[in-house]
Amino acid sequence: MEAFIQQLINGLSVGSVYALIALGYTMVYGIIKLINFAHGDIYMIGAFVSYFMFLNLKLNIFVTLALTMFVTAFLGVVIEKVAYKPLRNSPRITALITAIAMSYLLQNIMIYVVGPEARSFPQIVQNKTYTLGNISINQMEIWLLGTSLVLMVLLQLIVQKTKMGKAMRAVSIDAKAAELMGINPNTIISFTFLLGSALAGAGGLLVGMYYNTIDPMMGATPGLKAFVAAVFGGIGVIPGAMVGGLLIGIIEVMISAYGNSMIRDAVVYLILILILLIRPSGLLGKSNKEKV
Amino acid sequence: MKLFSKLNISWLIITLLGFFAIDSLVYFGIIDPYYEITLVNILINMILAIGLNLIVGYSGQLSLGHAGFMAIGAYATGILTIENQSMGAFLISLVVGSLFAGIVALIVGIPTLRLKGDYLAVATLGFSEIIRILILNMTELTNGAAGLSGIPFFADWQTAFALALICIILVANYTRSSIGRATIAIREDEVAAESVGVNTFYYKLIAFIIGAVTASVAGSIHASYFGVINPSQFTFDKSIDVLIMVVFGGIGSLTGSVVAAVALGILNMYLQPFGALRVIIYSLVLILIMIFKPTGLFGTKEISLAKIFHKNSKPISEGKEG
Repeated sequence: MEAFIQQLINGLSVGSVYALIALGYTMVYGIIKLINFAHGDIYMIGAFVSYFMFLNLKLNIFVTLALTMFVTAFLGVVIEKVAYKPLRNSPRITALITAIAMSYLLQNIMIYVVGPEARSFPQIVQNKTYTLGNISINQMEIWLLGTSLVLMVLLQLIVQKTKMGKAMRAVSIDAKAAELMGINPNTIISFTFLLGSALAGAGGLLVGMYYNTIDPMMGATPGLKAFVAAVFGGIGVIPGAMVGGLLIGIIEVMISAYGNSMIRDAVVYLILILILLIRPSGLLGKSNKEKV
Repeated sequence: MKLFSKLNISWLIITLLGFFAIDSLVYFGIIDPYYEITLVNILINMILAIGLNLIVGYSGQLSLGHAGFMAIGAYATGILTIENQSMGAFLISLVVGSLFAGIVALIVGIPTLRLKGDYLAVATLGFSEIIRILILNMTELTNGAAGLSGIPFFADWQTAFALALICIILVANYTRSSIGRATIAIREDEVAAESVGVNTFYYKLIAFIIGAVTASVAGSIHASYFGVINPSQFTFDKSIDVLIMVVFGGIGSLTGSVVAAVALGILNMYLQPFGALRVIIYSLVLILIMIFKPTGLFGTKEISLAKIFHKNSKPISEGKEG
């Protein structure tokens, strides 16, 4: 039982990062129906930005976190303006291919600039372990869970309580009607990218701290898994992305602990396919009928 | 349609000329072993692009799992020809790989082809990754991450040329048949096609299976020509490489896929030494194409001999003959 709880804690830690990235996916998908494949790479860039900040500026962790989120948010908005905005009225496949190309571009620019090898992330937080009976919790894990939770609550507040959030919800339900009500969809879309990319940047910093290693390819797999998490929870639904992310994290850790860690990724993809087939709207999503 | 029509004979002559042109270039050493690798790569990519274009360009279903089917063919050939080192085994492995890829496509397709657009893309991507992870884990059969080496060389550039030709003829004829036209109708408007009595699911499935089978053939050639395969060759990246060719040439143009395979193959050869820069250029070009010319080089047009023959008369149907 204790071992189980221990795994649960590990799973929650991993899952909270997936949740952070999944939030960006789900918001963007909810508003412009685009799977932003480059989102995982924004998370990777977040990890590198914070790495270089720690190394060169030696700032406090909160400042670094804020600056990283600022940089990735800016990057997200730029990508949206340059690559996705011109495609607003193109077929979905065009936008999807552009997103994939953007992901490749970011990855390879980083490989070109910083080299393909993995780098070890500086240790910023003391690696203290608290124990309770046989269950131990790492200070890093507290950081991971705590920061993710705070950011998620903040996001919920922005989306539910602010005017911008209200406009976001309106655009995601019906962009044309929202426009008639005096909302500028372009501003809202940029704002969505801004929020999502900031969260991904935070995820990058946290994962760098947690796993101690970062490389330019680190965004690809977590990016896909975060997407799985978003679909799992119900794409377009913000609490769904959190639940989905945490569940995917827990499932992954449990499979590694009690089964075969080699098939971990395969199981995640299998879950994705099953969810898509059985309940395409996800756990918390509302199903809407296909319109002709 | 006569078998020995003017068109078919013209195509035969063009193909034979092409073959002997390459053959003499190889004979006189102008295409040296280094260029020959590029040539075979181009032919393999041609088969892959043609197959994926059938799925993406003709039936309008975005599949991101092409590499998975290629892996099936490659491992079928690898495993079988290492066991039994004969030309016969290679030919059998082509068939076994194709059958297996076809069956997997059937199993994957039946549930997932009911999904729409992006969801289908992600589901096929998931399946392709599952295939790769299974290959990684079935160590007794596939030697895991280390892959298979010492696969006997039965495929040379002539084999690749012949198989590419067969695949092109197969897919080209398919797209011009009544089934093919039904498939194109699905691409244009699935609901409309359904309402005029096209069994959309059935045609999407057929296109998906043919695409998978051709990918498997490409995999077999790859395994037998290069002699070394491992799971990391068949990742998401490979699927994207092929998708780029399809998009670059024109989604829905077989001519486009062929031209794109040749053009990108040559470009690739020259960019090879640049590593990451190659992919940067690649992805930038792709983004620019998507923004400024989303239909690719050829759009849905084909180079058509029929049109050239009937220059003065009216073309029978725009871009679909030849």
